[in-house]
Amino acid sequence: MTDIAPGLIPADARNAAREVRKRKLQAFLFVTPLLVFVIFAFVAPITTMLYRSIHNPTVANLIPDTLVALGDWSGEEIPDDTVLIQFAADMKRMANDRTSGQLADEINRALPGMSSVVKSTARSLRRVDDTEIATNGAALLIEANDRWADPATWSAVKAAGQAYSTSYYLTSVDLERGPDGNIVQRDTQIYVKLYTKTLRMALIITVLTILLGYPLAFYMAHASDSMANFLMVFVLLPFWTSLLVRTTAWIALLQTNGVVNSTLLAIGITDQPLELLYTQFSTILAMTHILLPFMVLPLYAVMRGIDQSYMRAAMSMGSKPLGAWYKIYLPMSLPGLSAGALLVFIISVGYYITPALVGGTDGQMISNIIAFHMQQSNNWELAAALGSLLLVLILVLYWLFDRFVGTDNIKLG
Amino acid sequence: MKQFPEYFTLWHIAGHYALRVFAFLVLFFLMMPILVMMPLSFNAEPFFTFTEGMLSLDPDAYSLRWYQEIVDDQKWRLAIWNSFVVGIAAAFIATTLGTLAAVGLASPWMPYKRLITALLLSPMIVPLIIIAAGMFFFYTQFNLVGTYTGLIIAHAALGVPFVIITVTATLSGFDRTLFVAGLSLGASPVKVFWDVVIPLIRPGVISGGLFAFVTSFDEVVLVLFLAGPEQRTIPRQMFSGLREQINPTILAVATLLVVLSAALLFTLEFLRRRSVRMGGAG
Repeated sequence: MTDIAPGLIPADARNAAREVRKRKLQAFLFVTPLLVFVIFAFVAPITTMLYRSIHNPTVANLIPDTLVALGDWSGEEIPDDTVLIQFAADMKRMANDRTSGQLADEINRALPGMSSVVKSTARSLRRVDDTEIATNGAALLIEANDRWADPATWSAVKAAGQAYSTSYYLTSVDLERGPDGNIVQRDTQIYVKLYTKTLRMALIITVLTILLGYPLAFYMAHASDSMANFLMVFVLLPFWTSLLVRTTAWIALLQTNGVVNSTLLAIGITDQPLELLYTQFSTILAMTHILLPFMVLPLYAVMRGIDQSYMRAAMSMGSKPLGAWYKIYLPMSLPGLSAGALLVFIISVGYYITPALVGGTDGQMISNIIAFHMQQSNNWELAAALGSLLLVLILVLYWLFDRFVGTDNIKLG
Repeated sequence: MKQFPEYFTLWHIAGHYALRVFAFLVLFFLMMPILVMMPLSFNAEPFFTFTEGMLSLDPDAYSLRWYQEIVDDQKWRLAIWNSFVVGIAAAFIATTLGTLAAVGLASPWMPYKRLITALLLSPMIVPLIIIAAGMFFFYTQFNLVGTYTGLIIAHAALGVPFVIITVTATLSGFDRTLFVAGLSLGASPVKVFWDVVIPLIRPGVISGGLFAFVTSFDEVVLVLFLAGPEQRTIPRQMFSGLREQINPTILAVATLLVVLSAALLFTLEFLRRRSVRMGGAG
């Protein structure tokens, strides 16, 4: 700490250093309770999720002995009888513990169709005598289902048994490890398409909010103070209204028998109700409506600070309005535009509620498939891997945002 | 008639009015769904559309039956209770810890300021679905899933960034010498904090707390993953209502929520103006 006070005698320097340490500690102590809280409530959960995407010990915990025995297996033909007998004993135990269902789900993920094989085998081995299994287990297993004589089945068991694996990440970009260990494309391409669709929808929503929000912010920024404040209420009220409320309102409007359809029918534009709800169209429409204030507010804040005399000067010297806007006003309003655009884009990439409620099947986004794997298919590791990829995507976008716009520009309300 | 500069051509003037018309159309787009939904909640029929009677302003076509339904339905009553309990508890935790932390972060001596600020603000950036999945994995280990405690902790974490942002903004207008003066007169840091700092930054603290409350009150993704049937909140109840059986009770609840958010909006605006008057940055 001598660099702080080079001219001081040692005792003074020590005191000064002690004072600095004390102040640092004091400031840190104020932050500590929240820091501990956020680490427990938020950071640890996110870390758990990241860990979960590569770590799945379910199978390793269920059949540890079988997996050890499978360790020396060459992979080309049926494993030794010792492996089969050990597995038969494990199956009997699991059938009685009612844990064979878990094993069935996990192995089924490595090799589709295995779920029923595991379950039926477990059922048929459940009542068999222990000594019978110890002597004749291998034959009993193959008798229960001949797929246990197929080396591919055992590859699947071995693959599912790995506690640490990158297979969930491969799945989440539509790849898999082939029988020879090479990485190949999966037969069904789902997730890359879904990520592309999510990014495309987010881009469309961002462009729409710019097209609607920029002129509105421009008009408000150049209106009188009282007018601007009055109009601001109509931007802030929807902004503050619950997300669910606004989604509900769109459902009420767009339903088959809803307000939009009955108006169209009454005017005679169409003679039968249009299918507006539960489509990609309704998702984009509702999300544009919900996110529009996020575009208008930063734009308005920046435009309010732009001196109008520049535009007037350009126009008085003969520039056309659009030319003056493009050459002078647009560059000056760019910080607000990029802040709004990135904000809208980042929020819409991770959106869940509105697509879930008005999206139908073709309006689903990446968040919805994560929720699906969490709640319906119970493939939590895949959900974690898809979520981790989404998180990386968001962090990269946010880093760009911080770099080019600066996070200090975000203001609330 | 508005006065235009003389170098304006007819096209300039036409453009000016076109911009105005467009701006009002966008405002109409922003308000229209909410404005259409509100009268529909008084529909006497169980539809989401205006009946002939409603259009001809027949008083019999309007009724309060859906509002009565909210009062009568045990599920909605529980949901309203839960929303307020969870919201208030989460806002209390976020505001208490958040205000303390903001004071520490505003100190010029604070070590690792950028890193810690980024960490504390991160719940605002990460998509809710990721937070929900992570919390579900982690909270299960502590048996916090399906409990009030778990939900309150989760919502408090979401509210923290808003408290940090608003209180830090108010503190930027706070004269730190007052803190030092308090210390030099012999008061403990805690006493100075309580008697000097808090009264001066109160508007920022209150609006931070309101933000935290609204965040919890409006949140549904974490509730979907972390709450059991006992902890269903208003948005959760609306979510299942919209998925399973749509009826105008949801519109009535939504209308009440719009009124509530209008009230909150005006409270926050009032606080912001007061904070600006008192020298803060709002």
